[in-house]
Parts: sequence; C-alpha cells; structure tokens
Amino acid sequence: MKAALTRYSPLLLLAAVWEAAPRLGLIDKDTLPPLSAVLRAWMELLRDGDLAVNGLSSLQNLSAGLALGVVVGVTLGILMAWYRPIEILINPLIRVLYPLPRSALIPVTILWFGLGAASKIAAVFLGCLLPVVIGAFNGARGVEQVLIWSALAAGAKRHQVLWDVVLPAAMPEILAGIRNALALSFILLVAAELLISQRGMGYLISSFGEGGAYDAMFAGVLTVSAVGFFADRLYLLLMRRALRWRA
Amino acid sequence: MTATGISFRGVSHTYRPPRGQPVLALQDVSLEVREREFLALLGPSGCGKSTLLYLLGGFLPVETGEITVAAKRVAGPGPDRGIVFQNFALYPWKTVRQNILYGLEKQRLPRAERERRAQELVELVHLRGFENSYPAQLSGGMKQRVAIARTLAVDPAILLMDEPFGALDAQTRALMHEELLAIIRRRPKTVVFVTHDVREAVYLADRVAVMSARPGRIKEIVDTSFAGERGAEIAGTHAFAEKVEHIWGLVRNEAILAQERREP
Repeated sequence: MKAALTRYSPLLLLAAVWEAAPRLGLIDKDTLPPLSAVLRAWMELLRDGDLAVNGLSSLQNLSAGLALGVVVGVTLGILMAWYRPIEILINPLIRVLYPLPRSALIPVTILWFGLGAASKIAAVFLGCLLPVVIGAFNGARGVEQVLIWSALAAGAKRHQVLWDVVLPAAMPEILAGIRNALALSFILLVAAELLISQRGMGYLISSFGEGGAYDAMFAGVLTVSAVGFFADRLYLLLMRRALRWRA
Repeated sequence: MTATGISFRGVSHTYRPPRGQPVLALQDVSLEVREREFLALLGPSGCGKSTLLYLLGGFLPVETGEITVAAKRVAGPGPDRGIVFQNFALYPWKTVRQNILYGLEKQRLPRAERERRAQELVELVHLRGFENSYPAQLSGGMKQRVAIARTLAVDPAILLMDEPFGALDAQTRALMHEELLAIIRRRPKTVVFVTHDVREAVYLADRVAVMSARPGRIKEIVDTSFAGERGAEIAGTHAFAEKVEHIWGLVRNEAILAQERREP
C-alpha cells in the first residue's frame, strides 16, 4: 500500500499541479483547463454515449489491425528463420522499411483504402507488422539446435517441429515484439483518426479541439492515454502468465 | 548383422564454418557396434566424437563413407535412435510430464497408453512428485533424468549419449552412472556414449573406442568388460585400474596434441 503510494505520488502531484495552475492563473484556462473541468467533461461524454460510440469504434479498428499484424507477422518471421530463400527475399525489405516513420504510411493507406475503417486498420496493421516480424524472426532463429534434433529423433516431421518447438521456443521474443506493436497501434490509430475520420477517439479529440471545447478535448486525450496504459499493464500480466515456465 | 548392429565404414566429415577454412573433423572412421553393447567413444575435445554421434543420429548428412543401422543406411533422424545431450535439451515450456509425453504423442499411441508409459518412466527415473514442475525448477541431475526418461519413452533400440553427465557435479555424476546402469539392466539397449572422461568410459562401457586428436580417427578399441556385474565394486579392482591406466596412456598424447593445436 505504502509502496504503491510512493510509486504513484508523482501522478498525484501532476494532478494537483494540473488543477491548481489554471485556477491560480499561472496558465490560461484555454491552454490547460483545470483537471476537475476535464473530468466533468469526461462524465458528460460518458453520459451522452460519445465515449462509448467512438471508443468502441477505435477499439475495433485497433484490435483488427493488431490481430492481423500478429498473425501475419509471426508467420512471416518464423518462415524467414526457417526457410533461407524467404529470408533472402524479405530481410532487405525489413531493413529498408524499419527506419521509416510509421505515421508516414497513414496518407498512403487512406489513398489505398479510403476514408473509412479499412484505412485505419491498414495503418495499424502495417505499423505493427515489423516489430512482430522481427521478434518472431529473432526468436525462431535463436532456437537451440538440440531442441530441434530432439524433436526429430522423437519422430516429429520437419513441419511439425515448426509448431511443436520453434513457435513455443520463440514465444518470449514474439510476445515482447507484440508488446511494442501494442504501443504502436495506439499511436497509429489515433494519428490516422486525427488526420481524417468520422468516428473514433482521434476524431473526438480533433473535433472538440477545432470547436474550442478544450475541456472535452483533454478528456479525450486523457482517456486514450489511460486505456493505453492499462492495456499495456494487462498485456504484461498475461505475458508473465504465459511465460511462467521461465524461472 | 543383428537387429540393432551399427556399422561405420570409411566415414569422413568436413566441418565448414560459415566463415573461415573448412576443417577435416573425422577421417576414415570404421567401427562396428554390436547389439546391446555399451560402447564409449573417448577422445580429447575437438576430436570429432560428438560429430560421429550426430552423423549416426542422422542430424548431419553423411558425405563420405557409410553408416548403417540394422543393415540399413542412415538417412536422417528416427525414433530407433534416441539421443541425450549434455545440456539436457528439455523443452523449457513443458512440464516434466509433458516433456516425457512428447515422443509418445509423435508415436500416435492411444492416450491411456501414453499416460501409463509416462508415469512408468517418471517412476523409473525417480521423479515422482515433480511431474508438473518445469525444467527451470529442477536441479541439473533431475533435468538429465527427465531427458533420459523422455528419450526412453519412445523405447529406442539404440541410445545415443553426448557427454550426458558432463554438466553435472561429481557426486551427481556418480549417482547418474548407477542409475544409467540400472536402467539399462531393466531395458537392455545398444548404447553409444560420448565422453572425454577415461574413468567414466571404463566404468560404464563394454568397449572403449579411443579417438585421436583432429582429424578424429579410431586409434584403438579397448575391451573393458569385467567378470561379474558392473557397479561400484568393479571400480575398486586392480583390473579396473589397469584398464584406466592403459587407456589414459593412449589418450594422454592426444590430449596434449589437441591442447597444443588450440594454442597457436
């Protein structure tokens, strides 16, 4: 209890400063509305159903893009580690694409998939793909030779080894890659929605911002960061559970 | 030729590192292993004794010469040849029970039969109560017992062991020697056992094939069978000491050679 209090005391301090600074006139109330006003706006958004509609839309697109990125990324990464020709084909592409700022892809996905959900899902998918591919590739490449040999000697076929040994052995690095992807997916989705959309948390934030409803805008920002934080905590919990076999 | 007789004929092997010069690891090795014989491959580190074992296991391709098991050419790994590695090679994400069950699942045995056999092996290697532990929670000796049980589960006619007790402390190793001998008495097998420990080789094996430093060749095959049952009593006899002395004499020069080669 006391440890938790110490740990989160900077957050409490931030909240106190956030409330006090605009009230004392240290910051203009339009630049930073007091925290209590933001929370009041948040309650209103909740009551109106704005939060539910846009939050759900964002969550759907984020999950779809992330799930697609995980499935394609893990498959690609493991096949790269297992079949040399695939590595030769794909690895240079990954090296070239890696330093590319991922949000630069958003206009491209809009051009290809239009203004609706498809372009948001595509942006999240493309952004999540690389960290997952790299995690799966490194994990699968690092599998000990003797583990593979043991499986072959037990009578496993080559393709079975992929499922029985390579995938589970690569799991720690795959899960670490997915954690990076999860953080990226929030950034990309909100960025795509801020740029152009008719729905979603990014849309909510930008429309309140343009309309001058700054307390509601901050409520949107606060929601996105809180959901992002808790999603990461939850993921970490599940990841530790899945890897409980590690000492 | 007997059912599990092993024969190496003119086997050479060149190791090609990703960078650097190819190295001749084995040169013209010919060797017969009889059915249900315990043969030790003994030599200094880097003499290619593990490579010879991996070739027999089918993990590396036989490029020069021929290896046959039961008169059939080795063309890849198979459940007739089970292997135990120095660093256990357990699946860390599987429990003790799941590790032992893996081979049985691959053999497509009925579920009840798999469970029965797994339990039997857990008892055989004295791991009752640890069925649901993960390898990371076990000591080195326990890990190697799991690895032996996992390999025995498939009931291979031939047991390949690659310095299986090399990573264990001296006391644990001595206990594992007893256990291995007891297991083989109950489930007779042809065993090819790689080691660089002379006493271990003489203690466990019926014959010891002494290998030369790189490129590995069979230098001499020494009969190490003793009257009576193998066990702690034999280790104290004069005959045992003589064999150890004789083989140590053969290995000594090779070990010195191998060491000189490593220090340029």
